[in-house]
Amino acid sequence: MKAEGIQAVAWLLIALPLAGAAILLLGGRRTDKWGHLLGTGMSLGAFVVGLAMFVQMLGYDPEERRRTIHLYEWFTVGHFKLDMGLLVDPLSISFVLLITGVGSLIHIYSIGYMAEDDDRRRFFAYLNLFVAAMLLLVLADNYVGLFIGWEGVGLASYLLIGFWQHKPSAATAAKKAFVVNRVGDLGMVIAISLMFATFGTVSFTQILGEGAHHLGMVEQVGQGTATAIGLLLLLGACGKSAQLPLQSWLLDAMEGPTPVSALIHAATMVTAGVYLIVRSGPIFELAPDAQLAVTIVGAATLLAGAIIGCGKDDIKKALAGSTMSQIGYMVLAAGLGPAGYVFAIAHLIAHGFFKAGLFLGAGSVMHGMKNDVNMRHYGGLRTMMVITWATFGLGYLAIIGFPGLSGFFTKEGIIAAAFDKGGTSGMILGGCALLGAAITAYYMSRVMFMTFYGERRWEEDVHPHESPKVMTVPLMLLALGSLFAGGFLVLGSFGHFLEPVVGGGEAHGFHLITAPGIAAFVLMVIGVAIAWRQYGARKVPREAPAGSFLTVAARKDLYGDAINESLIMRPGQWLTRLAVYFDNKGVDGLVNGLAAGVGGTSGRVRRLQTGFVRSYALSMFLGAAVVVAALLVVNV
Amino acid sequence: MSAGVHIIAAPGDIPAPHIEYGQLAPMLIVFGVAVLGVLVEALAGRPWRYRIQVPLAFAGLLAAFVWTIVLAWRHEPFHVAAMGALGVDGPTLFLQGTILVLALVSLLLIAERSAAHFTAQASALPGSEAEQQSMSAGITQTEIFPLMMFAVGGMLMFPASNDLLTMFVALEVLSLPLYLLCGLARRRRLLSQEAAVKYFLLGAFSSAFFLYGAALLYGYAGSVRLSDISAQAGQGAGGETLLLAGIALLSVGLLFKLGAVPFHMWKPDVYQGAPTPITALMASCTLVSAFGALLRVYYVGFETLRWDWRPAMWGVAIITMVVGAVVAITQTDIKRMLAYSSIAHAGFLLTGVVATSRQGLSGTLFYLAAYGFTTIGAFAVVTMVRDAGGEAAHLSRWAGLGRRSPVIAGVFAFFLLAMAGIPLTSGFTGKFAVFSAAVDGGATPLVVVGVLASAIAAFFYVRVIVVMFFSDPEADGPSVVVSPATATAVALGLTVTVVLGVLPQPVLDLAGTAASQMFVR
Repeated sequence: MKAEGIQAVAWLLIALPLAGAAILLLGGRRTDKWGHLLGTGMSLGAFVVGLAMFVQMLGYDPEERRRTIHLYEWFTVGHFKLDMGLLVDPLSISFVLLITGVGSLIHIYSIGYMAEDDDRRRFFAYLNLFVAAMLLLVLADNYVGLFIGWEGVGLASYLLIGFWQHKPSAATAAKKAFVVNRVGDLGMVIAISLMFATFGTVSFTQILGEGAHHLGMVEQVGQGTATAIGLLLLLGACGKSAQLPLQSWLLDAMEGPTPVSALIHAATMVTAGVYLIVRSGPIFELAPDAQLAVTIVGAATLLAGAIIGCGKDDIKKALAGSTMSQIGYMVLAAGLGPAGYVFAIAHLIAHGFFKAGLFLGAGSVMHGMKNDVNMRHYGGLRTMMVITWATFGLGYLAIIGFPGLSGFFTKEGIIAAAFDKGGTSGMILGGCALLGAAITAYYMSRVMFMTFYGERRWEEDVHPHESPKVMTVPLMLLALGSLFAGGFLVLGSFGHFLEPVVGGGEAHGFHLITAPGIAAFVLMVIGVAIAWRQYGARKVPREAPAGSFLTVAARKDLYGDAINESLIMRPGQWLTRLAVYFDNKGVDGLVNGLAAGVGGTSGRVRRLQTGFVRSYALSMFLGAAVVVAALLVVNV
Repeated sequence: MSAGVHIIAAPGDIPAPHIEYGQLAPMLIVFGVAVLGVLVEALAGRPWRYRIQVPLAFAGLLAAFVWTIVLAWRHEPFHVAAMGALGVDGPTLFLQGTILVLALVSLLLIAERSAAHFTAQASALPGSEAEQQSMSAGITQTEIFPLMMFAVGGMLMFPASNDLLTMFVALEVLSLPLYLLCGLARRRRLLSQEAAVKYFLLGAFSSAFFLYGAALLYGYAGSVRLSDISAQAGQGAGGETLLLAGIALLSVGLLFKLGAVPFHMWKPDVYQGAPTPITALMASCTLVSAFGALLRVYYVGFETLRWDWRPAMWGVAIITMVVGAVVAITQTDIKRMLAYSSIAHAGFLLTGVVATSRQGLSGTLFYLAAYGFTTIGAFAVVTMVRDAGGEAAHLSRWAGLGRRSPVIAGVFAFFLLAMAGIPLTSGFTGKFAVFSAAVDGGATPLVVVGVLASAIAAFFYVRVIVVMFFSDPEADGPSVVVSPATATAVALGLTVTVVLGVLPQPVLDLAGTAASQMFVR
């Protein structure tokens, strides 16, 4: 159905931040004075537009909430016509609100956080660029448009990770993120090409169909094709969402400024993979094998991320491990089909709030601690920065699934849905999710205790202090989200709201007291207790102890880099060396030899040009004789 | 006495030929202007001659060009004119138009006064008293204008000739003034005169081949008209040896004019020795004209025999491309290098001729137009780079030109890249057109050789660019003299090279339309 009213100008959502980025980047130093305000204003403007669209959508009947906006015919090649358009439906509007809402808060926070930075304007330009690209990603009505947004957020992520490019570690991290994401993007490209080859179109409406019953072209293809497309899309999702085996870049990405870690590498961009899987649900539903692969990736990542989170002393890296783990939950849920979609998206939104809050809280701590990120140098900060402590604490309670807070509702939902899958796989997946919940409780408590409790371990010259209002107000707003978002979504009618898109019907019911729920609560208490025994009650050494095998492995990101290096990088380098050797000896030898040969021939033939007319005439005569002979011989 | 009276008294015996003046007007205008030019030389005072000759020549060429366009515009069915002696048809009009435009651009160079390319007095011995005197008297050789107009007239007639005798006359009309013009260089006059003599001797030699071939063909077919020869050959009337030997010898005469190997020896020497504006005229207009004649002969006269002449032409095309590209590598003189480049391009063009199809014809037409502009532009740049001894033609003198005059060096580099056939230049489009036609015509091996030769050729084009931009300039290096007329010629060459590379479709369509009607018989 065509969009009307404010929805008809949905392109404003993308245009506003894009204009902001353009003005700030092209305007140069002239915009330094007010650049951050413009950037924030554009983001807020997009939020207002998104909110208005949302309100308008609520006015429609559930079946009529899917609206399309045709922008223009992008290109036509042969029979392939690509229309650029936007799709506003409950799924995309949820993302729009998350992106613009959390995004705007982070813009505001950054005004304070980046106040000392000379390049604050450029930072805001990149943030705007990111918001625009992310909105295109979730609003596009076809896979090519989605892919453009997908690459756009990748670019923004690259620019922002390497924002402090004078630091070699930041430059390397940016490059790493870019390279690893290329692997995933390759999957996306092939998937899109395969869809084009199979369906002759890349439009969501035509491939996936409309409404809960779908009936798109995908229903007509074989399971093999659907599985192939599904697995390739999963590869793309793994790259962007830092899922195994493409997880390695996310931890290094913490080199970027903290608001970036909060916005891009926790709340929004890294969840794009989940969006992709949920949006492509009809494909995965036809391909049980691909779905199983999705759940396995999710379960493995949620454990790996949690274990990594346990070993990190760098507060941002611990939170990054946590992000991996939480997205693992979402991917797991997305792989469960319609039963899990709602919880995946609900957890995604709730996570967006509490993880952004946690990251910004970490940023606030670092702000007061001279940008030190080592938690072993913190301790006892509770009284020094009360607001940060309180908001961080709410985020903490939310993420460990403390009853009543955001994470409780959404995570319980995922665990229950995993067990509901039934069979051995259901038990294993549910078990992994439960175990993950316990570890989450442990490592998050570790972060909490090491940072805010225990004795003070900071240096003499560090004077911890609370951050300015411009930073703490967003923290408070996000804390509200940590408190209520999950409950609001799960207990409210979010499931029914999403149902026209993702289907699932009655599967979204939430039962307050279930066996997995009780088990999760018990495990959470155990996790917190162990953490208290190790980090709350005991003294935390300023230098990290040697640690057990598992701790060492967790500190080294479970050897992710080592595996990448030995399996891909080294063989790649050998291959490169081999190619260089071959190029030097073989190709160059051949080329140089050829060149020398041609040059020598040239020198010799040149001598025929004696300058004497008589020899010229002779060669003409001989040539003529040959031509005559050739014609006569051919005829005989 | 009585016999003479009888001839005069019996008008019915020799009917006055029917001449289609309208269709032949471009040629007639050019020839008329040439004759007028001779009269100007005879009647006008010396100070006035240059001032009259230049506008006259421009006006003549322009009028002829406009008339050509009008002829092409009318879309009337073409037929042979002047009692079958000339054929004015689509391809011919395209060729004539191209020749006229290229001649206009060449005229800009020839009329360039500040550079003084031509000797003040051709008869004076080099370095003699007489030469000194005539130079100090500020005499300019204005005979070059009527000479050039005669040559251009011959060039217009050459591809239009529908019988071999007319074609021979046209060949001589275009050649004789060029022999003369070649010897008129102001600097390095001995080299120039040597070039003129060589060109004349070898040209005479090749004319003999042409004439011998024409005679054999007349012996075979009993007619010198191309259509008659074609018809006779179609019947398979016997005397094949006569026919084939005739084709071979005729081809030698034509291949000489376009400088195909092994009839190319004159080209480097003449291109180097001739005054550079004349070299530009020869490298563009003469090439177009000679190819036009070759196309007409092969497409009209010998089309039915293409299985007989194709192998030999394959051989000539291959050896022309390879020798042109290979020998160019070791050249140290810019003009000689461009001469070998022109030989290689003649080879590329021959692949289009060998295709013997409409596509091949239109591709060749396009290539000729594109290459003509590029090569004039390149030679125009050569005239601008000068030192005390005139043009600094040695490659080593061009070292570091890119730093001294980045614009001129950049433009020259662009022409070279166009000749190398880099995409987004007209050279690429042209090569693509003829090569794809050749592939469609079953001449894939020829195209493979062509592409390899292009790769070799790219080497020496790029080498010049490297010398210009990546070596240190000499202390007493040449300077770039920019004058309005030459700069206009360079700008025109550059514009066409760019436009035909980026937006070639209109001209490709034009060549396609011209070729779609084929030659009249």
